[in-house]
This record gives sequence, structure tokens and C-alpha cells, in this order.
Amino acid sequence: MPGESKPLSAPDNSSESPTKSPEANGDKMQVIGVPRRRVDARAKVTGQTRFADDIFLPRMAHCKLLRSPHPHALIRKIDTSRALAHPGVYLVLTGKDVPIEYGILPVSQDEQALCVGHVRHVGDPVAAVIAREELTAFEALDLIDVEYEILTTISDPEEALATPEPRIHDYGESGNIHKLVALDFGDVEEGFAEADEVFEDTFFYQGNTHLPIEQHASVAIKDPDGKLTIWSSTQTPHYLHRALAKVLQMPPAHIRVIATPNGGGFGGKSDPFNHEIVVSKAAVMLDRPVKICLTREEVFYCHRGRHPVMMRFKTGVKKDGTITAVHLQTLIDGGAYGSYGVASTFYTGALQTTTYHIPRYRFQGCRTFTNKPPCGPKRGHGTPQPRFGQEVQLDKIAEKLKIDPAELRLRIVESSGAVTANYMRLGTIKLAECLRRLVKVSDWNAKFRKLPEGHGVGLACSAYLTGAGLPIYWNKMPHSGVQLKLDRGGGVTVFCGATEIGQGSDDVLASIVAEILGLETFDIRVYTGDTDLGPVDLGSYSSRVTLMAGNAAIQAAERAKEIISNAVAEKLSVPKERLRFAGKTVFDSAAPEKRMSFQDAVCLAEARFGTIGTVGSYTPPKSPALYKGGGVGPSPTYSYSAAVAEVVVNQVTGWITVPRIWIAHDIGRALNPTLARGQVEGGVYMGLGEALMEEQEFRRLPKKLSHALVHKFPSILEYKSPTSLDMPEVITELIEEPDPRGPFGAKEVGQGPLLPIMPAVANAVYDAVGVRIDEVPITPEKVMKALAEKRAGRAPRYGPGAFPRVDWPESLRVPPPWEGGDGNAVNDTPRPPKPSSEKAKVLSS
Amino acid sequence: MALIPVESEKTSRIRMMLNGEETDVSFAPYKTLLEVLREDMGHTGTKHGCELGECGACAVLLDGKAVLSCLVLALECEGRSVLTVEGLGTDGRLHPLQDAFADLGAAQCGYCTPAILVTAKALLDRNPNPNRAEIREAISGNLCRCTGYLQIFEAVEAAVLKIAEQAKAGA
Repeated sequence: MPGESKPLSAPDNSSESPTKSPEANGDKMQVIGVPRRRVDARAKVTGQTRFADDIFLPRMAHCKLLRSPHPHALIRKIDTSRALAHPGVYLVLTGKDVPIEYGILPVSQDEQALCVGHVRHVGDPVAAVIAREELTAFEALDLIDVEYEILTTISDPEEALATPEPRIHDYGESGNIHKLVALDFGDVEEGFAEADEVFEDTFFYQGNTHLPIEQHASVAIKDPDGKLTIWSSTQTPHYLHRALAKVLQMPPAHIRVIATPNGGGFGGKSDPFNHEIVVSKAAVMLDRPVKICLTREEVFYCHRGRHPVMMRFKTGVKKDGTITAVHLQTLIDGGAYGSYGVASTFYTGALQTTTYHIPRYRFQGCRTFTNKPPCGPKRGHGTPQPRFGQEVQLDKIAEKLKIDPAELRLRIVESSGAVTANYMRLGTIKLAECLRRLVKVSDWNAKFRKLPEGHGVGLACSAYLTGAGLPIYWNKMPHSGVQLKLDRGGGVTVFCGATEIGQGSDDVLASIVAEILGLETFDIRVYTGDTDLGPVDLGSYSSRVTLMAGNAAIQAAERAKEIISNAVAEKLSVPKERLRFAGKTVFDSAAPEKRMSFQDAVCLAEARFGTIGTVGSYTPPKSPALYKGGGVGPSPTYSYSAAVAEVVVNQVTGWITVPRIWIAHDIGRALNPTLARGQVEGGVYMGLGEALMEEQEFRRLPKKLSHALVHKFPSILEYKSPTSLDMPEVITELIEEPDPRGPFGAKEVGQGPLLPIMPAVANAVYDAVGVRIDEVPITPEKVMKALAEKRAGRAPRYGPGAFPRVDWPESLRVPPPWEGGDGNAVNDTPRPPKPSSEKAKVLSS
Repeated sequence: MALIPVESEKTSRIRMMLNGEETDVSFAPYKTLLEVLREDMGHTGTKHGCELGECGACAVLLDGKAVLSCLVLALECEGRSVLTVEGLGTDGRLHPLQDAFADLGAAQCGYCTPAILVTAKALLDRNPNPNRAEIREAISGNLCRCTGYLQIFEAVEAAVLKIAEQAKAGA
């Protein structure tokens, strides 16, 4: 750092982006907002991007995991001697070699890299073989003898509520309830009493999985100097780093995690995984590289996908559509482990208030453990399920109140900068603009309730975080850091922990630095996802990277620009404020002939001030949600989307065709419009998969076999996802009104556009054939059943019945801002601590 | 149980034309073309997502025809011609399909990209002017979870124009 510059180490805690946009000077931007080839495109189209399984190292051994064939059992005995004696086998590990529990959330440290005494789903790993060849390791799995004692299987949340014993875990609320949440923001009963109409609906959202085309893979080595390095397809190298340090009992400084570019993530590579810990342990023990690449079947067992959620919405409205109160209950199938589940539980309630004004809100959520692969964060994390319920119910409300669905939403849309009933502070909201644009481009008014029988249109809206406001583990450090190195050749290198999962984070970093320093993205080198090379970025989840790493990059680049400006201003005798950086030169905006090349400017600055390097960091603003649980939901700002789906429903087969989707997305600013559109279309695609076909389903084997609960179809062939033949035309409208909190005004685009698709399709099906499908996926079978109900003169609906009985705890009562609340609960009493001996007892049983 | 020969027993040897170059390779006889390309020939540009013929990520051109290399035994490739993503460009320049994919956002994570590129090339080789329905059909066996396919269709269409332009300029 040059001696003259002011102290730069203090984190920037203001909520506004440090952008000094060229537009502020009336200059046109050269990189930002221009459709461009992304910086990593050439590597990707030539097959040179090095994914984790593309790494082959000398002396590399291969690892395979022995997985439980039982959904729920105690391990009585494991004998590995025959496997160890198998020619070519180097090492066999069992749970006792890596017994320390870990998990992504500090409150759910409930996983073991290899199960010690208790397996909780089919696919839970119990032993690992490391051998010279992959095939040898695979063969040796058969030579491991495991004695299991079968336990009662819990297959869904209702069974979990009814079956407190045996417990899948010895922590949580009680029995097989992992997490209970009850929050009151104002008196909902009062709100319902004020309503002209009260609507009650139940919905079910089936679980589904990420299905990244790249199977998870990892390669670990003991470095020549004795430290550990792991390359892995992970979205969260920093959290993996922490988990490895904990389980392997190694100083974090002696572990290097390199996130290889992910061949698709979508949230499925956001947890620290057992296989990553196992190959790290084996590499340290064997002192040779160890690789694992999961089979597709194993990827289904890793899962961490969309939670199946049963929902009950009770909503009070005035005749004009104004909402007086909402009471939402969610019952969540968590699968066998905690994963992100506590956060997911809060997320099923946290964002309902961010689209429409809800003056009083009660949220009750319950996550249960079941003997299935653990659920976790998938694109939209916990929010697509309640968004589906809310937006389908709004469609029913609009019909009953005889208000056009778009008009209804326009009346109740929340305003920019509002603090909601549950203390989410919102940024810019251009949802009304999204709706107006949609109505126009989709010709909504000419189509809604006017298309011929079998044809329909449906509309829905949504909002999503632009980055989680709080880190996974409590700390006061920045969420993202960037270091810049400027070299004498005029090159600029960006170091950042951000992880490229296909979303374009490397391009975000390069484009921001290039714009500020007047360069092209090809002049920038980007080193990301490496815990040794770059400062921490918390990871590619919660749509946080563009805003957080982007703002950190702006700060670092502006600081570099400042140093160079000081040197150039002095040399050219030009006031610093008049200098501009563009076209790889630095020049006087008042007398452009006074100029020097960027390279000369860097050399000048280095001669004047010493080696040039700068840092930038970003910490989100403090949230006004101070109550317990208020840490899930806050974000620097939120993106908004609205979509119209057009469907054709065949009333003989129930088959649904989607010829067209119109979607408007409030993005703030598209840093690279080519990539932004790709994210929107990819979100629409994935949303259609969830709406129409994707489901993570389970079945019991026949009684004469084990009666085990197994994945119905752990293969890509049977797990239906849309192909190129299924993809509709998508008309994307990006609404660009810069948000002052985002880098150059940008908000997220990776997750939000998925959210309105499922309810838009459901609403369109109703418009087409007059039946309500209150669950996803909306399969032909369900459509046929609902049509049969309609023909029989019964309620034309397919969906869940009554919401199951849950013993909810007393609500935390948090008065909303307009009732004089300060963000705290008025009845916050800490829960009694649980006896710590309980855990040891169960594990030794 | 019967022991299957381990990989180090590279008892099979074939000669094939890999990306235009006559190449000898030794490998264990049970290996698929996918495995031999990646593990024995260092051509990791070809990917895999299931190794069961379901995802399409391992497509290569065998004698000009798109095949799933995870379902082809390497032993079947004696004397045949294999084209992978590494062989698409010529004289240090990208193939027009590669340029278009890079420029138009057709590669996000890039994992399914190599297979879609060679599959699209096979389409253009037999039908230099495909319409969108034909493009959809041609790549319907290649799953992509990122893009929603639309930018892929557009990139193939842009490449069609580019190739036609180049042919005209060369003629």
C-alpha cells in the first residue's frame, strides 16, 4: 500500500455501493451493460475448463464409498479385513477414523464423514476404500462386512410427528422434529376480523433435486511441504475449509481448498460433503493424491435439494384486495440431516412480506427429520414453496373479488425502501414496472379468461434476496474481499474467494475492474475460489456474489485508480478530478491530448509510491430484524420478478404444453446483458421442470424384501427434466433501475426468475381448463383427477387436504414497525438448554 | 468373486484417427471410449454426467456421427475416426460454433458444452441450414441444466450464418 494514501483497512459498513459510476461524470460505460463474451467462455467452448474430475495426478489413488442399503439402522459391527487384504487396496476407512461431527450450520453439526453407529438414509456412507484403481476400490466394497440392526423407518413429516421414537437425531425440538418456529408480527386475529373475506388454502410442493450435469468430484493431496490441498466441485470453499479444519483437527492455515469451476451447482454443492472429508483424510494418511468422483446415483443420495413442504395459507383481504393479515404454516420434510434446514425453515416464512404489503403476519414452520437424503438449498432456497402457495391463493382471491390478477397485485405491491412487518428492509422495488411491462408485452388483457377452452394464461410474482445479510457462522468480518495486483505490463489481477459455478462470477469481477480502470475484460486475470490465493468470499449461494464481491471489487479498483490518479495528476499537472480512465489510457477530460497509456501510468505510480496492490471488502448493512430468527431473510436489497405463462392443456390426456413464457425481472442493472438473460432463461427452465415434472420421490421395497424406503429413481433417465424439445419461447424483459446498494446498481438474477414460474403455470392451467392444481409438479395424472372432480360436480381441484396437526410453541411476538415495534420480540424467553449427556447415550447404543 | 482385470493391465491396443491424427492407444479391454479418451489419452474435454447414456455429456463424433462415448467400447474404435471438442478448431482458430457459443452465452457452467458442440457440428455437417426445430431435435439428447437451451439454439443459428458467409468468401 502506498505511503500517502489514507488508511484503507476499515470495512465499508455503509449500505450504499462504493460505485463512482462513469455515468456520474456523464461518460458512457465501456464494459458494464454491454453484451459481452464472458471471460471464461473460451476455456469452456474448447473443453479446457478444468473441472475437479479432469484432474489427474501422478500416483493418484481412487476412493469409493460403501453406502448403507438401509434407510434407518444401527451399525453393530464393521469388518474391513477382507477388503484391506484385497490386492491393490491401500486403505480402508470407517467412521472411527473421522468421528468428529460437522455440518454447514453451527446449530446442526450432525453429520459424520462416515457413519459411526447410526445410518439415517439409503446412501449414508459407512466405509471408504482407497485403492490403486477405481475398479479395485469398487470391488473391495463388496468385501466389507457390516452388521446392521434395522430401526423403524420414518418416511414423511406426518410419520415423523406421529413417531417420536426412534429418534433419527438426538437433538432438535423433540422426537423427530428438527425445528419449530412461531412468529407473530402483530395480531393476525384482529386482522382477519377486519377482513371482508378470509381465504384458507392448503398446498403441497414436492421435493426435487438440482441435477447438475457434473457429478461431485474431489482430489486431495498432501502437499510436498506436508500441508493439505483439495480441489473440489464446491460452491462454498470457505465453509469446506472450516469443516475440514474441524474434522481433521488441522490448523486451517495448513489446509488449502480450491473450488474448481462447478459443472452446475444450483445449491447442490453448498454443503461440506462426506466425500470431501474422506479423500482429504486419506491423502494425509497415504501421502499420495486421492480422487473421488461420485456416480450419478450417489449424487441423488447427496441431494440437499428442494424440501417437500406442506403449506396452509390463511389470508384476510378487503374488497379492494388490500391484505389485512396472513397466517402461514409450513410442514417441511428435512430428510436425514440438518444441512441448511434451520435456515430453510425460516426461509419458508421470511420473504412472504417482501412483495405485497402485509400489515399483520403469523408464521409457523416445522421441519422434521425423515429417513431420506437430506434436503437443503436449491435455487430459491425455501422460498419457491410458499411463493407458489401465496401466488396461487392470490389468483383465487382475485377471481373471488372480481379483480384482474395483475391489477390486484399492482394495488398491493410493497413500496421501495419499506421495512416490512417482519423487519425486512427492502431496497428498490420495481415490481409494478415489471407487471405493467408484462401486461403489455404478453397482451394479457386480450388473453386472460378469453382464450379458447384448453388454452390459458396465468400470472405470478416473486422476490428474492440479493445475498444473505448474515454469514453462516457468527462473525463481524466482511462477507467478501478482493485483492488487486497491478503489474508493470499494465495487467491487473483480481484475487477473490468467489466461486464460479457457471453463473459468471469471474466475469462480474473482471468487468467491474475493467470498467473502473478503463481496460477490457481480456486485460484482467481472475483467480477465484482458492482459499490460499484470495481473500474470503463466503461462497456462491443466496445470490450474493454479484453484489458483495462486486462491491468489494469496486472498492479495490477505486483505490487502485486513486493511487494511479495521484501519480498521473502530478506528472501531467492536471487536477486529479479531471482524469478519466478509458481505452487503456489515462487522460485529462478537459484536454484529452494530455494523456498516457494505462501501462505507463501504472509504472509511474509504482515508481512514485512502490508496488501497487489494493484491497476491497464488503459487509452488508445491519438489519432492523433483531428478534430471534430475524437473521434469515435480511438482504442488502431484493430482486423482483413477474411472469406470465401460456399453457395448452389436453383434456383427454391431461398433458400440459407451455408454448410461451413472458418474464420481467427487476435486476437493477444488467452488468453483462448476455449473461443476465441466460440466468433468467435458465431460471425459467428450471422452474418449468419443477412445475411440470421434477420430483425426488421415494418408495418402499416389498415387505418380503427389506421394506426399505428407497429412492424411486436415482437416475437421470427416470428423474424427468425438461429437454431442448420442452423448452418454450421466453420473452425476457429486464427492468433496469439501478439500486444504490448494488455494484453499478445491479441486483441478483440467478434465483429470482425461477420463483414465479410454478404458480404462473398453475394459474394458467386454471385459466385453461378451470381446475386448481394446488401442488407441484402439475402432472397429467393430477390434471386428469381434477378434471374428473370437475365433471362430477365436485370442487375442481387436486391438492392436499387438511394441514396436519402440529403442536406449535407459543409465538414470539414482534410488534410491526407501524405498531411501535423496535425489531425485538416482546416475550423473548431463552429456551432451556438441553442435557448434553443425551447425545453420547444414543451414539453408544 | 471373479477378479476383473485392473486398469494397469493395458492389454488392448488399437489405432484410431483422433481429431485428425493417427493415434495408438493401449488400455484395459473393458474400458469405454469415454474412459480411454479421458484416462488413457488425456483428452478431458469430453465430460460425463451419468456413464449410463442418459445425459448426453459424453457425446463425441465417431466417423462423423454423434455417439455417447460412455456406451461405446474403445475396442470398437479400431481404425475409426473420433472427433472431440479438442479437435473442433483449426489452425489455432475456434470453430464458428465455438465462437458463437462463447459470444452468445450458450455456455454457462460449460460442462455440457463440449458434447453439444460436437453434436451441433454433426447436425451442420449433414444439414448446413437447419431450422430451429431441427436444432432442438438434434440436441434433445444433451441435457443442459444452466441455459434453458435458448441461447444454445441462437448460437447454432449464428454459426450457420457464419459458416455460410465463410463458404461464400472462400468460394
